[in-house]
Amino acid sequence: MPRFCSAMYVILISVGIFSTLPTAAQTRTTAAQTASTQYIDISLDALFSAGWADAKEETIGVLEGGAHDPKKRGFTVQNIELSLNGAVDPYFTGEAHLIYQITPEGESILEVEEVFLTTLALPAGLQVKAGHFFIEFGRLNPRHPHTWNFVDQPVVNTRMLGGDGLRTPGFRLSWLSPLPWYADFKVGIHNANGETASSFLSALEGEEGEGPEFAGHPLIERPVDSIDDLLYTFRWLNSLDFAETITANLGASALWGPNATGDDTRTEIVGSDLYLKWKPLQNYRGWPFVAVQSEVMFRRYEAGAFVGAERNQGSEVFRDWGTYTEVMWGFKPRWVAAMRTEWADGNGENQDDPLRDRRLRLSPAMSWYPSEFSKLRFQFNYDRAEHLDDQTKLAFWMQYEFMFGAHPGHKF
Amino acid sequence: MSTAKRTVRLIAWTTVFLGMGTAAHAQLNVVTTTSDLATLVQTIGGDAVEVYSIVPGVQDPHYTEAKPSYIRRINRADLLVTIGLDLEVVWLPLLINGARNPALVPGNQGYLEASQGIRVLEVPSGHIDRSQGDIHPAGNPHYWLNPHNGLSIAERITERLSSLSPKDADLFQANLTAFRGRLETRIADWEQRMLPFQGREVVAYHKQWEYLTHWLGLKIIDYVEDKPGVPPSPRHIANLIERMKNKKIPALLCAHFTPPKIPQQVAQKTGAKLLLLPPSVTGGSGIETYIDLFEHLVTELENTFEEGAKGGVHE
Repeated sequence: MPRFCSAMYVILISVGIFSTLPTAAQTRTTAAQTASTQYIDISLDALFSAGWADAKEETIGVLEGGAHDPKKRGFTVQNIELSLNGAVDPYFTGEAHLIYQITPEGESILEVEEVFLTTLALPAGLQVKAGHFFIEFGRLNPRHPHTWNFVDQPVVNTRMLGGDGLRTPGFRLSWLSPLPWYADFKVGIHNANGETASSFLSALEGEEGEGPEFAGHPLIERPVDSIDDLLYTFRWLNSLDFAETITANLGASALWGPNATGDDTRTEIVGSDLYLKWKPLQNYRGWPFVAVQSEVMFRRYEAGAFVGAERNQGSEVFRDWGTYTEVMWGFKPRWVAAMRTEWADGNGENQDDPLRDRRLRLSPAMSWYPSEFSKLRFQFNYDRAEHLDDQTKLAFWMQYEFMFGAHPGHKF
Repeated sequence: MSTAKRTVRLIAWTTVFLGMGTAAHAQLNVVTTTSDLATLVQTIGGDAVEVYSIVPGVQDPHYTEAKPSYIRRINRADLLVTIGLDLEVVWLPLLINGARNPALVPGNQGYLEASQGIRVLEVPSGHIDRSQGDIHPAGNPHYWLNPHNGLSIAERITERLSSLSPKDADLFQANLTAFRGRLETRIADWEQRMLPFQGREVVAYHKQWEYLTHWLGLKIIDYVEDKPGVPPSPRHIANLIERMKNKKIPALLCAHFTPPKIPQQVAQKTGAKLLLLPPSVTGGSGIETYIDLFEHLVTELENTFEEGAKGGVHE
């Protein structure tokens, strides 16, 4: 209840600020004569889903492991996101995303999803981002759920980067290189702990619910003893215009950090991503188009030995990988037909572990955008997971979104 | 090797390559959001500038995508010229933020919003919200479609280029004077040709042609889109068709990137001529300069009204 109150408090205060801002100069006749204040841009995005799955509810929660995925038969409040941004001073812009959720059990949650500054005035193509923010690993992780092409997040993202997406306090330096194409290099240092640091000092809750563990290895308390106990990030993003109508983004990312199955155990994740878009030169509001988005990730997870009263485990290395490919076809204005294919697997005796087993998921979807500020989506999931007794599960989800407030930018 | 060492080494290499980004260039490197601004910058700047336009003339500048290659262009530019009035609001802030070029941040010398000094039409008053469609709170941004405004834009560009490159100020001033001479002669010609059609009523698809019609003394009596940016309702279309028939409206003005289905139906049912017009330079074949654009637009309108006068409209 207190969390609910504070959520409402933040929203009410924000609405109060917004209502006192002039929308724009209302009486001007020439552009040079007037100014409008724009200290803070505010928007609220609400994302809901409804649907049915043939899996039992506790299994739905495991198959749909993302924190913003549909969680139960019936309705899910996926994400209510309050976004604030504006110029701080001539040197920084600030951005904050506060999210509000209602769990399947009906409990209210308020989270500081992201709050960070970005520098404006560094020379030589450099830019620093500092605060608490989504780590720029691959294409999907740093994007907010309402900008995704499907109702739920890919299995490989859930397994390796966590249900909430990998985000912890830290900073990163980005460099826009002088190469003859767009090539941006990012290096970052972050905390490796916190519940949004899956694969590092935290782990996704498995089916057992016996306390935090990774593939049967319990997690221990692991304080920061040296700089090796922090999380290091790298990303290289290239963008190439093959023609005026075809653009491809190609990225490579890597993460190095500690994990909590031992005193000096480590995790490494590497990934590569592609986004390819075709859109004719002459188009209407961005339609028609064809886009392909694909990511592949590999994880090496060193699990430490554990000697306890009830179990006694040797150290082992878990190698997992996964990939997804989405194809979107904007066939007529306001309509997008899409198909997603996913595959994930791991080494060793993984067939009973819902977070490491062999998994295939196929998801056709259809989205309709009444305007830039609203969306209705239908998605079907055909899911094959080794750990399930009957292996195959089906689900049908509907998703709807609305957004009001400041106009959002559309990141390519 | 430890992670820390690995990271330090990476940062060191990055630093080594940093110097590559600061190569000097002799010409002023100008990026404009639209092709109309680009042609004006080229006219004033001549050989002293190199111009790149983000939005090609065949595209709707409201809906361009924030492609990373544009970020790179802006990163390397000395001057960014924009239309402003929220025309580019969907994509330009992302590009500027990504470009990390402190000189081009709004308010600095490298950023020029060309709307300064323009008499902006249709500045909304009273209450506005998104239930009314895509209303531009700062007023109608399509102001380049009045050639007098083009002259004002050219003056702003001359001032800014001169302050960024004082050694070329005389060249810019001479180019402006020559352009003013050419444009004013043509404006007089266009106004003369359109004089017989003063007060004619037309219908438009989107709120896009107000500066053109305002300049030529034409009157837009209604729009196919009853709310800007929102597909029209069947009832509105039915009413519009009735109204256009009654008033014998001769022309339906429509940007050439609009899907032609609905405007074609309206034109067919009312006998009005559907004018699929380029709203920008390079938006059609032979439209390479700002003057070409108005020659094309005026000729299309003139022909339509002349055909109408001969009774060619209601076949």
